[in-house]
Amino acid sequence: MGTITALPREVLIKGGMLYDPITRESRKGDVAIKNGRLTEPGEIGADKAKVIDARGCIITHGFIDIHAHFREPGREDKETLATGSQAALAGGFTRVCVMPNTDPPIDGPEGVRFILERSEDLPVAIHPVGAVTKGQRGKELAELLEMKAAGAVAFSDDGEPVQDGQMLRRALYYTRDLGVPVINHAEDVRLRAGGVMNEGALSTRLGLPGNPALAEASMIYRDLLLAEDTGSRLHVPHVSTALSVDLVRHFKERGVTITAEASPHHLGLTDEAVRDFDTHAKVAPPLRSEGDRQAVAGGLRDGTLDCIATDHAPHTVEDKEQDLIQAPFGMIGLESAFGMAHTTLGQMGLSTEQVIDLLTSGPARVMGLELTPLEPGETAELVVLAPDEEWTFTREDIHSRSRNTPMLGMTFTGRVRATISRGSWFTCR
Amino acid sequence: MSEPTVSLRHLLGLEGVSAQDIQVLLETGFSFREVLERPIKKVPTLTGISVVNLFFEGSTRTRISFELAEKRLSADVTNFSAGASSLSKGEGLKDTIQNIHAMKMDAVVMRHPVPGSTWQLSQFVDAVVINAGDGTHEHPTQGLLDMMSLQEKFGRLKGLKVGIIGDIAHSRVARSNIFGLITMGAEVTVCGPGHLIPPYIGELGVAVNGDIDEVLTWADAVNVLRIQRERMADGIIPSVREYRSRFGITNERLARHRKEVVILHPGPMNRGVEIDSDVADGDQAVILDQVLNGVAVRMSVLFHLLGPRESEGEPPLHPEEET
Repeated sequence: MGTITALPREVLIKGGMLYDPITRESRKGDVAIKNGRLTEPGEIGADKAKVIDARGCIITHGFIDIHAHFREPGREDKETLATGSQAALAGGFTRVCVMPNTDPPIDGPEGVRFILERSEDLPVAIHPVGAVTKGQRGKELAELLEMKAAGAVAFSDDGEPVQDGQMLRRALYYTRDLGVPVINHAEDVRLRAGGVMNEGALSTRLGLPGNPALAEASMIYRDLLLAEDTGSRLHVPHVSTALSVDLVRHFKERGVTITAEASPHHLGLTDEAVRDFDTHAKVAPPLRSEGDRQAVAGGLRDGTLDCIATDHAPHTVEDKEQDLIQAPFGMIGLESAFGMAHTTLGQMGLSTEQVIDLLTSGPARVMGLELTPLEPGETAELVVLAPDEEWTFTREDIHSRSRNTPMLGMTFTGRVRATISRGSWFTCR
Repeated sequence: MSEPTVSLRHLLGLEGVSAQDIQVLLETGFSFREVLERPIKKVPTLTGISVVNLFFEGSTRTRISFELAEKRLSADVTNFSAGASSLSKGEGLKDTIQNIHAMKMDAVVMRHPVPGSTWQLSQFVDAVVINAGDGTHEHPTQGLLDMMSLQEKFGRLKGLKVGIIGDIAHSRVARSNIFGLITMGAEVTVCGPGHLIPPYIGELGVAVNGDIDEVLTWADAVNVLRIQRERMADGIIPSVREYRSRFGITNERLARHRKEVVILHPGPMNRGVEIDSDVADGDQAVILDQVLNGVAVRMSVLFHLLGPRESEGEPPLHPEEET
């Protein structure tokens, strides 16, 4: 529930705690915004300004999602850059990296420029990720250098793992001096073997094709060896298994410059969500066992994994009301990301500030993005969080064009009260 | 004295079905066996009840068995068979579900290639749903008829040692047998090529043994699964020769065991592959009893899910009571 409107000329956020993920310092104090920029509270007229009561709230830098699918161009019936941005803002995000598996895929500088031009006036900043190979087919390198020059922040054939090790090795060498990561969706498609859920006791009971943990881990192992060999920047998306977390930890200890992310649904859900054949819980990589879930959360806690990324993947109602074999993989995640991550990681002993780091400075570091300092004169790129608020996630909270999520009806602790970004704001209720 | 009843609304699988419900379904099955031995085999129990047999996957014996069971109970029967091709033409599950709903059917017997499809159907229709096989998930009436055949032969299920032989990974028959037999207190060992035994099958409460001769020594009965020809086409099973010599139930193999092991097979059989013709037609096999028990136990399922339920205080399904 909430609305997205133009940001009032003057806003005063009163009585909250300001947390700066750059300095990792907190201080009490009011936050004032005038014409979209931070200013001293004394600079605005308390009678004219729109006032937010932020007692009990934390005000911090807007979240950054480095892994989302906005489906434009080609599947605007699922999501557009515009509707995806609304979902992002409602989830506390002010910047989103969009994956290139559109139709056609973003595999050249024209595509990168198309995304940037289409998102110029949107309330969140959109950063395109370019494909590693032409058409994401894994056969020929795409114009990576031209795409970087046009504004691509990373490269990935997301959804289509680069199966050919030689191809990925070449891509890593080719991009070594660019300073941007190559992201490889890590699944050995032969070992995945048509799996639609995690391979385990439950898939055995349900008679559904299982996707074993080692399909992910063996591919991650290969990718980490390639990263070590080439010295290039490799980023591992949506780590879902305990085996994978161990591998990333091991290679980080060896000094390889790799980064890795975890998705909120892998933190808060297990394969039990598929128990009633719910296609909304069909996602790649799949929801895993309880042991995997805890290992992924533990990886975020000890720094093995660098950030949280949503893998927001909208699909139409028609797509998801097919049977479990035919329905596509993926679930939306922007609006529920903070609630799910804060609830689950809070139970694991992480503070709200640590969760904020994993949604701000963590992803910024992975992608080489600069955070906006929380200082007078700077652009207001903020989120206001109520860390203790308990709320139930419902359809009214969804701003995405799609609503495919198994999380409806779940209760979370910690809610986005407001997001301020690029002249717009989202306010809850 | 009122008839014992079951607590089920649908029969989607045997996982989670209580021992008491299974017991009642089997006992009623035996009562219907007697009906099937009479000169006039038809009873008026389900007069006025409409049942549709919805088969999205090839089947001869299961479909005929259900149809016979329905007709013996005097239900109005409609058949719809469509190959997998009509599914790929875009007749989605949802349209099927809505059509069934609109036609006001009392019961749907469905076979479908996708696991969970009958569960999904049950969520959206008022009709009673009976699973006639959903992909590699469950085939509960097969599980019941196998248990009925074992009960008939041994007089008990508790403590019975049952081997299930073959491609466990792709078998709904194996799953329904496992769930039902474990609930009834039987011991189950699965046996087959290592890569066709799911790695987590032990968590379902069964033992795994790759040596068919050890299993035959141990077991009171073995249920021999059909080997799908496409497993050989895929190169997953190297040859008929090797399968037969390692896992086939041959006369020579049975002759080496003193114990009279009872042989079940869900059909259709690949004679000369998983089972020898002589074994299938021999004294140890109860394969044709299974077929008759299949009709009887399906009558039992239909009776309990669709018959009058005064004990629950629901309005009777019949406009006028049968006597």
